[in-house]
Parts: sequence; C-alpha cells; structure tokens
Amino acid sequence: MGMTMTQKILAAHAHLDAVAAGDLIEADLDLVLGNDITSPVAIKEMDKMQVDGVFDKDKIALVPDHFVPNKDIKSAEHCKCVREFAKKNNITNYFEVGQMGIEHALLPEKGLIVAGDVIIGADSHTCTYGALGAFSTGVGSTDMAAGMATGKAWFKVPGAIRFNLKGRKAPYVSGKDVILHIIGMIGVDGALYKSMEFTGDGVADLTMDDRFTIANMAIEAGGKNGIFPVDDKAMAYIKEHSDRTPVVYEADPDAVYDAEYDIDLSSLRPTVAFPHLPENTRTIDEVGEVKIDQVVIGSCTNGRMDDMRIAADILRGRKVADGVRCIVIPATQQIYLDCIKEGLLTDFVEAGAVVSTPTCGPCLGGYMGVMAAGERCVSTTNRNFVGRMGHVESEVYLASPAVAAASAITGYISSPESI
Amino acid sequence: MEKAQGKVFKYGDNVDTDVIIPARYLNSSDPAELATHCMEDIDKSFVDRVSKGDIIVATKNFGCGSSREHAPIAIKAAGVSCVIAETFARIFYRNAINIGLPIIECAEASEAIKDGDEVSVDFDSGIITDITTGETFKGQAFPPFMQGLIDAGGLVNYINNR
Ligand code: SF4
Repeated sequence: MGMTMTQKILAAHAHLDAVAAGDLIEADLDLVLGNDITSPVAIKEMDKMQVDGVFDKDKIALVPDHFVPNKDIKSAEHCKCVREFAKKNNITNYFEVGQMGIEHALLPEKGLIVAGDVIIGADSHTCTYGALGAFSTGVGSTDMAAGMATGKAWFKVPGAIRFNLKGRKAPYVSGKDVILHIIGMIGVDGALYKSMEFTGDGVADLTMDDRFTIANMAIEAGGKNGIFPVDDKAMAYIKEHSDRTPVVYEADPDAVYDAEYDIDLSSLRPTVAFPHLPENTRTIDEVGEVKIDQVVIGSCTNGRMDDMRIAADILRGRKVADGVRCIVIPATQQIYLDCIKEGLLTDFVEAGAVVSTPTCGPCLGGYMGVMAAGERCVSTTNRNFVGRMGHVESEVYLASPAVAAASAITGYISSPESI
Repeated sequence: MEKAQGKVFKYGDNVDTDVIIPARYLNSSDPAELATHCMEDIDKSFVDRVSKGDIIVATKNFGCGSSREHAPIAIKAAGVSCVIAETFARIFYRNAINIGLPIIECAEASEAIKDGDEVSVDFDSGIITDITTGETFKGQAFPPFMQGLIDAGGLVNYINNR
C-alpha cells in the first residue's frame, strides 16, 4: 500500500520501511521548539526525568515571543526561567529580545527547518513548517520535555486528506483566503487527527508566504499537520536560508487518502471568519455592514513580508478611520528591518497605524491591543474564539492583511477592491 | 486505575483551550492558580460549583485550539476526575494522557448524559454509568501503548522506567 508524503517522512524517522495510518511509532526528532509560555512547564517536567541535560543542544529552539518584551513580572519570571535553562544547557538556538521573532516566522527564516525534517513544538502552530515539505506538529509541554531529553517522540501515524489546488488566485486573494475557505468547507474538526496534504498545479501560484499561512492554520481544521510538495520555489527558499541538506519525499501514486477535495483558486474571494469559530466563513461579498474598533496585522499567520507589503500598499497615502486603532506587528527582526528599508514603516505611521516590535501580543489577548466588552477587531491572526483577544464580549473577525488594511481605512469590514 | 464518580458539567461542541484557561492567565504555570480560572470564559460559576471527582461531558472536538498543557492541568487541578467527549482535539488528547488526566471518547454517553447527572466511570472496563438515569455506555478503550503510558502515570514516569 502506498504512503502519503507525511507517512514517508515518519517512516524514515522511525527507521521503518513502511507505516500505515493508525500505527504507533517512535520517531527521531530534528528539532524541538518551545516558547515563553510552554517552555517553563516543560523545563519543570524535564527536571523530573532522570536524564542529564538535553539530547542535542543544536536541535532545540527556544523562542520567548508571547509576552516579550516582558509585559509584567510573571512573564519576566517565565522568560528568566527559559533564559537560564538555555544558558545552562548551552542551547544554540535561544533567541533573546533583539534577535527573536514570532517562532513560526523565525525558525524557517533562520534556516532551522529543511524539507524532510520531523519537528515537534510546544505550540499548536508548529504545523507551519509543512510549507517547506517537513513534518511538523504541535504538542504539549510534557512532550516537549521528553523530546528535549530523548530526541524522540511517539506518534500515531495519521491518515490524510488531499487538497488538489488548481488555477490562479485573483488579485487580493491570498493564502489566508485559501485556508479560510478550506476551514469553512470542512469545519474546525474536518481534519481531526489527519494530515492535510496540498498538491496540484495551483501550488505553483502560491508564494512561500502564502504556503506558510496555509500550513499554519491546518490546526484550525483540527489537522495534525499541513504539508506542501517541495517545488523549485520551496527549494530556493531552503537554499537561501539553510546550509543543511533537504530530503525530498513525495507521496506514492497509490497513497490512500480519507478524502479529496478539488479547489479552484480562481474561484476564491477574499474571505472573513466571523466570531467565534474559524469555520464561520463568509466571502467579502456576504459580510454586510460590520463596524470595527481595531485592526491587527501580524502574527505567525500573517506577519511576513508579503503581508507587510500588501498592507502598506493599501494604507499608503490614506488614513486609518477615526475611532479605529490599527496595530501592525512585523513577525521578526529581519522583517521589521526589511520594512524599514522598503519604507513601509513610514507608510504605516503616516496612515495613523502603530507599529510594534515582534511579539504575539494581541493575537492571544496578551497585551498590545487587548479588547474591551463590545469591541470588534479585524485581525490577520488565526483564532477568533470567545475571549481570544480580550473581553468575552469582544469579537474577532479573521481576514487577510489586504482586507484588514482596507477595513482600517473605512472603519467597516471592507474589500480591498473598494479602496 | 480505580473508578471516577461525580456530578456532570455538560458542554457542547468545540470547547476550546481559550475558554478552558484564558491566555491572560498563562503568565502562571501553577496548577492551583490555573484551577481558579478553569472554564472561566464559558462558565463563570464552574470553579464555585465544581467539587472533587466531578466529571466534564462535552460533544465534539473538546480542547481544540492551542497546545497549552495548562488546559488539562487546570481541569485536573480543579478536581475533575474524567472528561468524556465524542471526540477530542489531538493536542489536548496527547496532553491529557501525558499529564494523567483521564479522558474517554464515547459518542453515545456524550449525547445522552445531561448536565447535573451523577455519573461513574470504570477505567478498566471503559464502562460509563449514568447513575441518575441508570443508562450505561461503553467508552473507547486506549490502544495498549497509550494504556502503558497511563499505567506508568504519564510520560515522565514512562521515560524514567525505560
Ligand atoms: S502569533 Fe498567535 S497563534 Fe502565533 S504563536 Fe503567537 S500567540 Fe500563537
């Protein structure tokens, strides 16, 4: 029986010739990731394990990004715990404020991921790296602790859903609209326990940043991972960022899929997920009149260069509407710097937006844009659960950077086409 | 493992980790402190009403959202002895097993059991009994590998035992 792309990567890392959906395996890990929320719990758990130190100081990435620069004393204590652990164990890839960025934008940029890798991260959006043809998935802190100690993790081999992408996107349609469309179609548990494998001619039409966005939100459909084939674009990205040798796996022609969907990219419209679930999607033509108080452009989903450029294109020479707060957060220091060099920060500030250093901040209602009761935010982040960005009676509408920027200008959820 | 018994707190589909333990409290990792905010954004009175041994019953995709282990930790520290659902989100499922919070998938039980019912769960047999109505259900048993993890008392002990 043929294997999917994910199954092939897992089989190789478990030193097996073949695996099938449902098999329980133990796989070698190429990288173990943690942040300032999950690592302290993992470090405590690791202390209870009878091991001396980490399995490989080069294969652990610690990225304090959620509450940094520290928002309060407790956050500072957490970050201190991570910093001291990193120092004690000589962790190569610890990223202090000044080098750090939002983890899932940072790791690919730093060349820590190549095709064929197996990565676990104590953060649910670890699935982002599937854009580079790697198997990566979110786990909890105890799994992270075990991964840091042993370099291995247990997995139940997932089945897969295949998404055949074809055609080309219309202007102002981005990776965000593709994945919101898919989640709207299959639901927030539509891919529960499964891989989401993206294939087809349409993949070529997606930039790497589009693919990161799509793989990032696989978890919002319940998926274990999202994964893309390694084409010339992906290979060029990997070569540009990493010295390591990628290993390219392809699904067997007779691989078994639990379901298959054809998606014609040319038929997609800018898409918005209404409160309080990512599956509550409507096209921009169906949103009606929704007045907003805040716009957030950033996060591990949409804080990359493509996102900054499209937002700046729309905001340039225009003004954020009266009564709207527009917060822009480049996801990494490199992206921040590139925004400065390209003059995008000037565009944002002149339009009346604020620009923050890299942080998760408002995405999880942490700080830097927490909302009051009754307020509405159009956000390029990935979750719009009750209370996600603040008060339980606040509302989050998920959208692309183009829609978010257009909405900032009008004060209502708006199509970039109308600007 | 023995039995769990307690009164039921019943919830619906897609109970996410943001309502189980809101991110604004994640600057703590102390179980006792997390427990005081457990379920706060879906059921404000939960922490006042819950007593040791009580059981959460929900329908589909319980625990969806973030990877925060703080979610099962908060539930366990609040005194909950078992979560029964039709399905669990996969990271929550892993985390619950890894930290030793008993969970059981059972579509029939998740549909039939009502808020406030007195329910018992026999972990060895997977039998769920609604004492209030007298109905019984058979929950999904764990594969042997996961049962091994649970029997060891979670992943930390499992690794130490090897
Ligand atoms: S940006 Fe939001 S979703 Fe992404 S890692 Fe940070 S908190 Fe999580």
